[in-house]
Amino acid sequence: MITLKNLHKSYEVGQNKLHVLKGFDLSIEKGELVSIMGSSGSGKSTLLNIIGLLDTYDEGELILDGDLIRNYSDSKQRNLNERKAAHLRNATIGFVFQSFNLISFKNAKENVALPLYYQGVGRKKRNRMAMEFLEKMGLEEWAEHLPNELSGGQKQRIAIARALISKPKIILADEPTGALDSSTSMEVMDLFKEINQSGITVIIVTHENDISRETERIIRLKDGLIEKNIKNGFHKSPAEKPKILQTA
Amino acid sequence: MFDIDKWQEIFSTIRKNKLRTILTGFSVAWGIFMLIILLGSGYGLENGVKREFTGDAVNYLSINAGITSMPYKGLSPGRRLRFTNEERKELGSLEGVDKSSGRSAVWANNTLSYKNEYGNFDIFAVSPDYKYVESLIILNGRYLNKIDEDDYRKVVVLGRLVDEALFKGEDPLGKYIKVSGVPFKVIGTFDDPGGDRDLTRIYIPLSTAQRVFNMGNYVGSILLNLGDADVEESLEMIEVIKQDLSEKMKFDPTDPRAIFVYNSIEQYRTLMNLFSNIRLFIWIIGIGTIIAGIVGVSNIMMIVVKERTKEIGIRKSMGATPWSIISLILQESILITGFAGYIGLVMGVGLLELLSNVLPATDYFANPEVNIQVAVYATLLLVISGALAGFVPARKAASVKPVVALRDE
Repeated sequence: MITLKNLHKSYEVGQNKLHVLKGFDLSIEKGELVSIMGSSGSGKSTLLNIIGLLDTYDEGELILDGDLIRNYSDSKQRNLNERKAAHLRNATIGFVFQSFNLISFKNAKENVALPLYYQGVGRKKRNRMAMEFLEKMGLEEWAEHLPNELSGGQKQRIAIARALISKPKIILADEPTGALDSSTSMEVMDLFKEINQSGITVIIVTHENDISRETERIIRLKDGLIEKNIKNGFHKSPAEKPKILQTA
Repeated sequence: MFDIDKWQEIFSTIRKNKLRTILTGFSVAWGIFMLIILLGSGYGLENGVKREFTGDAVNYLSINAGITSMPYKGLSPGRRLRFTNEERKELGSLEGVDKSSGRSAVWANNTLSYKNEYGNFDIFAVSPDYKYVESLIILNGRYLNKIDEDDYRKVVVLGRLVDEALFKGEDPLGKYIKVSGVPFKVIGTFDDPGGDRDLTRIYIPLSTAQRVFNMGNYVGSILLNLGDADVEESLEMIEVIKQDLSEKMKFDPTDPRAIFVYNSIEQYRTLMNLFSNIRLFIWIIGIGTIIAGIVGVSNIMMIVVKERTKEIGIRKSMGATPWSIISLILQESILITGFAGYIGLVMGVGLLELLSNVLPATDYFANPEVNIQVAVYATLLLVISGALAGFVPARKAASVKPVVALRDE
């Protein structure tokens, strides 16, 4: 599903160049539930952003769902690549962020429906689907509420509904429980597991051991390289997983 | 383009930032308002002066005799030159002259009277072809004709204001008025778009006037219509005329004071050039004002984009293409400029309408207005400027990397 070969990424910080990813190799199979851990500055968020096409990389190769993603900061093909990247983000990837990143002046339903708008789905169908997904999250009563009227857990579930509505193949979550208390965190984590059991690849960046323990594989980063790549105790091949959450 | 969601989004941002939107809109509305007022006033000025010109043909030369200031062939300077019927015929037969006529002002006692009504008016003794110089509109009856001239008939054509003053609504045709005590039969009345000065006049045949008012065979001015000659041809013609007259009347052809020629062709061109320059000037100023407005809108849009960076990042992570971001911002910008500009347009046109209704038309200012073409141009300018004002910030917004945009707080 996701293959990274010798990936390099560096940022310019003032005069200095900060080499964040130093020849990164990684392969993640379809249907895996993976957590990425590491201390701050180890490059875990950068890695996730590159996989999610939110950021560019300098060298190496990124293959996403069989597509070789060119470095879309390449100025020559930039427009074309930007469009392609937008399309991939829309169709293949769902994002869940630590700070939720809901649009503040849109209500819950509109926020959930947003990815469908960029897929060109009609308004009525969009709203109907958004309601369906809110129901799955148990949030149908909050459909007309603005994000600032909701609790952190509710906001994150809305963000997850938004990530799922475009039926992505990959869910990328960057510290999804970072702003939540521990019981809510566990609820959210259960949700991710459910999503994963429906066959969607889930990658979670976290620094909480409680969270990573729930995943099948833990990738621990240090200084831009993989320090450990541990298969976690409970893992089944994706085919054996029961289908609980049907998003289709 | 006509996407309900997009418009809803645009309206929701506008609603959240009322003051900012109003201030931006005002700068654009003001720009367009000024442009319309400037263009309208320019047009009014042009209208006023053109109206002066519509009173006369714009293809004639008016030739007047003066006093020589240079000795010529043994003749001393200071001689007063006067045209006679002979010179008129001579010039009228020149090649390139379409129509020729003579005109003398009668400087006798200028009192006109009909029954108990009296008035002092200009008395112009002219030949029939003079109608090609003044663009007269005959209201009643007819103008002077060749038979009137050949038969020395005592007939008169009255300006509209003369008719109103003497006849007070009575039908003047066939009645006799006294011109300096001599009865003349009214054969027609006329209107003249050139204004009131041309309407307080009467025309009588030149031949009659020469006899009745003891003017000998002298002619005050000779007027030549040159067909559709251009400025260069008219200037050549003036040289030919000077040479011709210099031989006949014995004066130095280079003498600047011997004869005076008013060249309406050249005057008209000068005036038209002046107006096209004024128009250009007005457009430059107007567009400058609008550019100031555009810069204002651009500035605001920059801030809008800055404020919405995170939102743009979210949208991009959801799969928004660069173009969808650009069009979102462009449309907001076009909406603000378009709407505000339209208000400015309406207010400008409204003020012009008010002015043209309240202000009387004078000789140099009449009917300030903008024609539909200008309104269309201005509207077009608005849409373009709105797009321009939004484009730079929009492109900037669309090119920000999503990860950078998302980090923005």
